[in-house]
Amino acid sequence: MKIAVCVKEVPDTTAEKRIDPGTGRLVRDEGDRMLNEFDKYAVEEAVRLKEAGAADEVILISLGPEKAVESLRQALAMGADSLVLVSDPAAAGSDYLGTAAALAKVLEDSGAELVLLGSESTDARSGVMAAALGEVSGRAWVTAANSLALNGGTVTVERQSDDGVDTVELPLPAVISVTKAINEPRYPSLKGIMGAKKKPQEVKSLADAGIDASKVGEAGAGTKVLSVETPPARQAGQVVKDEGNGAQQILDFLIEKKIV
Amino acid sequence: MAGILVVAEPQGSGFRRVGLEILSKARELKDSVGGPLAAYVGGSGVADQAAQLGAYGAEKVFVADHEALGSGLAAPHVDVLAKLQAENDFSAILFGGTVQGRDTAAALAARLGAGLNSDSTDLAPGGSGLQATRPAFGGQNLVQSTWTGGPQIALVRPNSFQASESGGSAEVVSVTPEISEGALRAKLTGRKPAEEGKVSLEEASIIVSGGRGLGAPENFAVVEALAASLGAAVGASRAAVDAGWYPHPNQVGQTGKTVSPNLYIACGISGAVQHKVGMQTSDVIVAINKDEEAPIFQFADFGVVGDLFDIVPKLTELINQRNG
Repeated sequence: MKIAVCVKEVPDTTAEKRIDPGTGRLVRDEGDRMLNEFDKYAVEEAVRLKEAGAADEVILISLGPEKAVESLRQALAMGADSLVLVSDPAAAGSDYLGTAAALAKVLEDSGAELVLLGSESTDARSGVMAAALGEVSGRAWVTAANSLALNGGTVTVERQSDDGVDTVELPLPAVISVTKAINEPRYPSLKGIMGAKKKPQEVKSLADAGIDASKVGEAGAGTKVLSVETPPARQAGQVVKDEGNGAQQILDFLIEKKIV
Repeated sequence: MAGILVVAEPQGSGFRRVGLEILSKARELKDSVGGPLAAYVGGSGVADQAAQLGAYGAEKVFVADHEALGSGLAAPHVDVLAKLQAENDFSAILFGGTVQGRDTAAALAARLGAGLNSDSTDLAPGGSGLQATRPAFGGQNLVQSTWTGGPQIALVRPNSFQASESGGSAEVVSVTPEISEGALRAKLTGRKPAEEGKVSLEEASIIVSGGRGLGAPENFAVVEALAASLGAAVGASRAAVDAGWYPHPNQVGQTGKTVSPNLYIACGISGAVQHKVGMQTSDVIVAINKDEEAPIFQFADFGVVGDLFDIVPKLTELINQRNG
């Protein structure tokens, strides 16, 4: 069985970031880029399933700028077998609709039965891709898996719902997003890092991947940025040293703010 | 295109507050959007509570009752909502940013080929209907977006609006759920409810969080006691979660959850960028930290430099006294 993991390159989570007020897009040339932290849990889960003999191949699928290959190689170093990156100037500015359309087309051609995603990306933070991809690809889907077990053609998932932890069963082919509770992602070994460079890494244009250009990028977007404002940064308020009455001072402040 | 549909998620015999918050806001938007203000209630055994939404401004409430609609899974709701949309042609469909709300909004929008503005903290009349405000990078930027077509589908962050009653009454319309086999492929087979009285992080109006300064997992007890006195949810910094002191679902920050409560109390949290972007849109921030150089004091509304193990238990006692 083949597992596909959808991955994304994002700006370094420790750096301050900004949006270009002119284009409404994320400024992509600043600072370090990295594999989306949430994706590591999906990659780790896929690699563990392969190591346990439940899968025989783990492929990575992504949409992004060509140089994202460098960040995404970390997922190959963790043990994924190959990468398909769709990269095309016409895909820039894709919203969730364009991204789901592009990922679904690559998936359809990949023959993967199980698709795993991280729960969200650290830049857009929408957390909507698994549901959108499930819908667009016509597969059964579930989000927020804290654990996942494969039994033949069925996947059993414990998921973090709004009211607790639910057990859900769904048939393959399936799309599943995973939470950070599912595993502890490995650090790639030196051997893994060296080996990653030699694994297949295919960069495809929209035409190469057979994706309709009208469905992606700004042409396919269902939303449009009107403006980007930079609100004044939060100012420091009052800071006091605790002289034994710190708790009382906090309470007085909360009363003044009508919170308690 | 006519009217706004607000998706209100049932909870017990009432509704999740975020649905009521959105309905209250939608009352203000309805005249500029045009058409009626409607609500959707989907669940299992929810017919009786639907009329409550009239008090928050819903003129019409569509109720769909089916076991699969109470599973917490979104696909069955997508079938029902897609049919409602085909029949009513709403201009806007608004969801609360819960797990179920996010899943349903995303899959419905994808099915309709409609735009989705996520994590909206404000909605206003604009362009061909609405425009949405979304904080990016923890509120360092505010992005104003609109939609390229309809319906305009948005996810609204809990605590963005005040829930308020308008004293109206609603016409309740019972909808026969037509759920496809495809939407029933994922099945709920078991449920472990969260502990009674635990407040979810995203919906909480007060959050008390602990960080590295707690020093050990058992010390989260002081944070939990303060949270209990305030009816608050408990959060944790990445440092505390990575150290295994507190579970992942409670993590606030760039690689955890983004929250906007009315009050955020940070105990022993330095306030690095990673944490700041997850909580800086809170209305009021209080910080307790022994390091006066901690970055959190640069953006907290009230900071106390001192030992949290002295201050937090005292504050808990003071609040408990006040509660009587």
